[in-house]
Amino acid sequence: MSAVAVEREHALHLLREMTRIRRFEEACVQLYSATKIRGFLHLYIGEEAVGVGAMQALGPEDAVVATYREHGHALVRGVPARALMAEMLGRVEGCCRGRGGSMHIFDAARRFYGGNAIVGGGLPLAVGLALADKLAGRHERVTACFFGEGAMAEGEFHESINLAALWQLPVLFLCENNRYAMGTALERSESETDLSLKAASYEVPAWPVDGMDVLAVEQAVRRAAAMVRGGEGPVFLELRTYRFRAHSMYDPDLYRSKEEIARWRERDPLTTFPELLRSQELLDDAALSGIEDEVAAEVADAIAFADAGTPEPVEELEWFVTMDEVPAA
Amino acid sequence: MSGTTATRTLTYREALREGLRDALRADERVFLMGEDVGAYGGSFGVSRDLLGEFGPERIRDTPLSESAFTGAGIGAALGGMRPIVEVMTVNFSLLALDQIVNNAAAIAHMSGGQFAVPLVVRMTTGAGRQLAAQHSHSLEGWYAHVPGLKVLAPGTLEDARGMLAPALADPNPVLIFEHGSLYGLEGSLTDPPAEVALTGAAIRRPGSDVTLVAYGGSLPKALDAAETLAADRIDAEVLDLRALRPLDDAAVLASVARTHRVVVVDEAWRTGSFAAEVVALVAERALYELDAPPERVCSVEVPIPYAKHLEDAALPSAERIAAAARRTVGR
Repeated sequence: MSAVAVEREHALHLLREMTRIRRFEEACVQLYSATKIRGFLHLYIGEEAVGVGAMQALGPEDAVVATYREHGHALVRGVPARALMAEMLGRVEGCCRGRGGSMHIFDAARRFYGGNAIVGGGLPLAVGLALADKLAGRHERVTACFFGEGAMAEGEFHESINLAALWQLPVLFLCENNRYAMGTALERSESETDLSLKAASYEVPAWPVDGMDVLAVEQAVRRAAAMVRGGEGPVFLELRTYRFRAHSMYDPDLYRSKEEIARWRERDPLTTFPELLRSQELLDDAALSGIEDEVAAEVADAIAFADAGTPEPVEELEWFVTMDEVPAA
Repeated sequence: MSGTTATRTLTYREALREGLRDALRADERVFLMGEDVGAYGGSFGVSRDLLGEFGPERIRDTPLSESAFTGAGIGAALGGMRPIVEVMTVNFSLLALDQIVNNAAAIAHMSGGQFAVPLVVRMTTGAGRQLAAQHSHSLEGWYAHVPGLKVLAPGTLEDARGMLAPALADPNPVLIFEHGSLYGLEGSLTDPPAEVALTGAAIRRPGSDVTLVAYGGSLPKALDAAETLAADRIDAEVLDLRALRPLDDAAVLASVARTHRVVVVDEAWRTGSFAAEVVALVAERALYELDAPPERVCSVEVPIPYAKHLEDAALPSAERIAAAARRTVGR
């Protein structure tokens, strides 16, 4: 387990954030079974250490671009659980008024730019957000772009990292390598499976990180973000992780063995991190159940809020197709 | 200078350049990016000399990465800038289709109105220069299919000069299609130049016998056809759509209500064409105004060939437009 030292308060914060994602998504599964959530639902369960660790390095001025597996990133970024759950239920109280759903979470106030459900499609946006910061002289800002290893087979990845490196833009490329692009294993989709090597060929500093270790992720992303803020151009991190659940609720999960899943579950950050904290006497039963109770209350409140939410009137269907003005930043 | 109005002669290309220069001077947030817009001066010479005045940050050459730089334009627009992305031609815009359709057009709605994408994308469209199948597309109708986009087709010097400013002022993604055959078109503009509306059709030649609906590169052909028809005492009205999305329904219907006959010219292929949309509009809302079946003059359904005689045969021409108009009046 992690060799990184941590203060108790911060450790409990990290554990609480990972727990929030896990319990929120477990509730989503139940709501899906109850047919309250429909469409695609992509769960982050197993990968929480990546989003939680990475988000510690970002401030409110930074921008976040994420994928369709982004509930966790949104929660940790500060999108209220109520607004997120209401979005999942397609309510007008949702952060996108129920127009985006699970795959398209946006939050202007938190500079959260989706929620992009075309693999690789968020990468050019991140380059553009960083370009705007550079042109406007906002040198302290970083744009963090999360994407899966599947995106590295897309042209948009190569075009985008080339552009960011060429123009020395403040983009933090955070590749969440969960080993499967839907059902296609990394070895079956990439001729070069060392993803950092691919990124490094664009003259971008790049290194792999244990994505099951929240402290290692936080430390690496802090270092990378500092480099980006220092004007050294983009940095690429490969965060090695694993998704415990199927790709989506439609996926029968036929392409990997139960043994493999079980092996990775032994590294579940929601098990290993509390164990680490206990071994360092930073966590006891009371603190753990305190966190669980707090999170359970937050999730229950979010569900109740979403359940009581209202559907947007159909008369408003065509709102926001075109805008009358650019909303104030 | 105010209060004085002079006219001067220039080309469509120069009119576009003036529009760009004004926009760059007017707003620090505006920048131009695309393939060969800077050192080369623009593939079609539109941005020549702008690099010297505005520098490489604002006249930004990109690698051949249509998806990334178009998407970067969207991101920069979200980040508060007012980017103008030049995609060299509509043919290459297919490599940026994901960004235009899935991001630029959808983000405002997907986000529940939290974001707008004030982006302008310029590109060349059309055939007629013996560039063969991969460089001769007219796909603006595809883009006009997509809610969230605005699709413009300047067919005159005034619009080439004037459409950029309202496009940049619009909070939505605006695509401007410049027909490749128009860059050398000469004409005169007033000085100072007139402001133009972003959208809305314009009658370029009033007439009473038949309406010729056209846009962009087909507009000069329709005007030529109208002259030919005039010699035969057929009085054709030429309606320039100017914008395909939003389409000026009212202008089309009003013209048809006057002339009772309509020919729609569209350099795209007939099947699923924008011309089909215009004819459907007339059929739905002005059927009983019609004295003759509507006509469409589109490209022959073949990948546009290289050889000049074959290419000419594939494309709408003033002759084909005039012949279609004659059919509607029975002469």
